[in-house]
Amino acid sequence: MKPMSLIVITLTRVFSWFMIVFGAMVIMNGHHTPGGGFQGGAVVATFICFLLAAYGGKKFFTWVKAPIYSGLETIGLLVFFFLACLGLPNSFTYNFIAVAHPGEVLGGWLPSCGTISLMNIAVGFEVIGALSLTVIEMYEGTHMNESYFGGECGHDR
Amino acid sequence: MKKSLFVASAVIIGGLFYGVFTMTHPFGNPGKAVMDDHFIDRALKDRSAQNIVTSLVFDYRGFDTLGEAAVLFTAVCSIGALFRAGRKRS
Repeated sequence: MKPMSLIVITLTRVFSWFMIVFGAMVIMNGHHTPGGGFQGGAVVATFICFLLAAYGGKKFFTWVKAPIYSGLETIGLLVFFFLACLGLPNSFTYNFIAVAHPGEVLGGWLPSCGTISLMNIAVGFEVIGALSLTVIEMYEGTHMNESYFGGECGHDR
Repeated sequence: MKKSLFVASAVIIGGLFYGVFTMTHPFGNPGKAVMDDHFIDRALKDRSAQNIVTSLVFDYRGFDTLGEAAVLFTAVCSIGALFRAGRKRS
């Protein structure tokens, strides 16, 4: 894939970091605002699409290594399963850290959600790895086109 | 024979659909919401969770979320298997 025009590259330089920070915020605040691991992970994974579309495949693979994302995905899933198993004396995915709070919500009191936030982060890593790996693998699959059908034809220029 | 079987099954399925449509609640007037009220009341007290949706997804029905994550993992595995032929690295 050839790199796109200077406008797209400049916009990627400006905006992609904000997208990563926003996705991280959605993951980290998943336990008390709308969002969570799946949504924030999808937001962070669009960064990979931005990089690949703007800079092209040759420069993209000097920065991005696929085994890192594979490891992120595996570690996220394993951490989720481990945290779920830790509650097993009561039940699977039992929230063993959470402190039961009998009263009503007072001003300035922020409830700790126990394992919910930790599981959010684990699922966020898993979704980041999975969706980024999907994009990378599908891009590498286009080499099949070169070797069997004579190459890619058609990009914006 | 085939035609009569088709007609009979059409009548039976149509009757079932008719029964379902007449038995649904009127719009904007749901039946008892015992389950919702239970979670809304207990989510903060039991699990100290402010966000009830997240507490449902990751706590009360965490097994469901594990299955969801496993579905994503399986999808990525199948994509890796499908596009392996074009990969340049070994």
